[in-house]
Amino acid sequence: MIPLSAYVALSFILFMTGLLGVLIRRNFIIVLMSVEIMLNAANINLVAFSHYLSSMAGQMAALFVIAIAAGEAAVGLAIIIVVFRGKIATNVDQINLLKW
Amino acid sequence: MMMYVLFGYFATVSILSGIFTIALKNPVHCGLSLLSLLLHVAGLFVLLNAEFLFAVQIIVYAGAILVLYLFVLMLLSLKTEEQYLHKKYPFFLFAGVAILAELLILVFQTPYGGAKGTATPEVVLQTGPSHAVGITMFSDYLLLFEIVGVFLLGAIIGAIVLAKTPTGPVPEPTGQRE
Repeated sequence: MIPLSAYVALSFILFMTGLLGVLIRRNFIIVLMSVEIMLNAANINLVAFSHYLSSMAGQMAALFVIAIAAGEAAVGLAIIIVVFRGKIATNVDQINLLKW
Repeated sequence: MMMYVLFGYFATVSILSGIFTIALKNPVHCGLSLLSLLLHVAGLFVLLNAEFLFAVQIIVYAGAILVLYLFVLMLLSLKTEEQYLHKKYPFFLFAGVAILAELLILVFQTPYGGAKGTATPEVVLQTGPSHAVGITMFSDYLLLFEIVGVFLLGAIIGAIVLAKTPTGPVPEPTGQRE
C-alpha cells in the first residue's frame, strides 16, 4: 500500500512547479498552463484523500475543479486573443496599463 | 509491488513533465509536456480507484482544454524570445525551492487520519465506480452541479463576447488631427 504522504508530497512538488511557472515565465500562455499544473496538483491531493478516507467527496470536488479549469481556460485564452489583437503586448510584464 | 512500480513511474514522469512545461523555450513543446503531465496524472487516478475521473481527465483535460491551448498557441504564432524567463527569476526559484523543502518536511512528519466514509472499494465495486459517482453527484451535490452549469454558461458567453471581432459603426475619432 502506497503511503498517503507520497501522494501529498507529489502534489506539493507539482504545485510548486506550477507556482514557479507563474512567477518566472513571461509568456501569457505558459503562465495559464502553469495554472493548469497547479489545478492538477490540487486534484491529486483531493482524490488521494478521497481514496484513503473511503469517501466520494474528494472525487466530486476534483470533478468540479476540472469544470472550473475548463471555464478558466476559455476566458483566459479569450483575454489573451484580445490583448494580442490590440497589439498591446506580447509578454506578461509588458501589460502594465493598470499598474499604479 | 506492481503498485509501487506504477506509482513511481507515473510520479516521476509527471514531475519531469511539469518541470519541462515551465522550463522549455518553445511554447508548443511546453504544451506537449503539459499533455504528458495530464496523461500521467490520469494514470495516478486509476491507481487511486477513480476510474470516472480518469476518463474525465483524458476527455476534458487532454482532449478539450489542451487542444484549446494549442489552437490559440498556433493561431497567435508566438515567436520565441531570447529572454523568456522573468528578469528576477533566481529569486523566485530560490524562494520556491525553500518553501517546497519546508512543505515536504511537514508532509512526511504529519500523521494522517480522520473519520472514514462509507464508500469503501467493496461498496463502490458492487455497482461500479461511475454509478457511484453519478449517484453522489445527483443527490448530495445537485445544487453544486447546477451552479457549475450556470458558471460554464457564463464562461462561454464571456469568452464569445471577448473574442468577437468588433463590428458595427466605427466610433468617431475624439482627438483632433493636425
